[in-house]
Amino acid sequence: MTEIEVQQVIAPRPAFRSKGFRAYILLSAFLALRGFGNLSLAWGTKHLSGALSMNVLSYGRALLDPFVALAIAMLILALLVRMALLSLADLSFVLPMTAVGYVISTLLGKVFLHEQVSPERWLGVALIFAGVAIVGSTSEKTTKELDLIK
Amino acid sequence: MKWILLSVVVAATVLSDLLQSYQMKRAGEQPAGARGLLQLLPRIARNRYLILSIVCLAFSFFAFMALVQTEPLSFAVPASAASFIVETVLAKLLLKEQIGVRKGLGAALVLCGIMLVAR
Repeated sequence: MTEIEVQQVIAPRPAFRSKGFRAYILLSAFLALRGFGNLSLAWGTKHLSGALSMNVLSYGRALLDPFVALAIAMLILALLVRMALLSLADLSFVLPMTAVGYVISTLLGKVFLHEQVSPERWLGVALIFAGVAIVGSTSEKTTKELDLIK
Repeated sequence: MKWILLSVVVAATVLSDLLQSYQMKRAGEQPAGARGLLQLLPRIARNRYLILSIVCLAFSFFAFMALVQTEPLSFAVPASAASFIVETVLAKLLLKEQIGVRKGLGAALVLCGIMLVAR
């Protein structure tokens, strides 16, 4: 039994709190990196000539674009932060909480890329946010051991 | 074309997340500081689940790049939330996480939201 497991057995509440606090710090870092990473990616790719989906080779040129390169660096960092987060909390906690990022990206798209966001789409984004808020109030970790693949 | 790209993004994201969550939980709690994150890197390189997870993520990323090039960011990002619905279901079925009424209701609301965004 590790020290952390012993703590959980003897005093489950304080262990849960500090774990929760670390989880929210990582979550905030992830949201910032993901949001601005996506913005940089959209800005970079929209200024390229030729559609990426039409020519696989055009990806090579796209990666040389400074905004695309910056985006990739931020998104890789976001991925590492998220992996650390997944070791602290359930996927079914992490996923809905990080879904706040969908709202952040819509806002960034409107403000920085001057995208038209219809009332219908804002309602959709609001529903995504409402769903997220409800799921966010559930406990962070429900599984003890995994027996998916032995 | 945008629906094909979106489907690739969603399917690859789901597979990547399931592999990652499964392996990271099997590995136990990781140190969360800057050094802890660096220590993750050799661990990723040695583990087949995590390598496969990264490959899926790369597929998802390149499809997303093509999607965000032609579609607005305010469509591409919320629409890719469709992966969350699939993942909530699979987290219950495969990772044995408990979903419950609140999580189920939340997932249903997110689904309604995505349907509006995608119209």
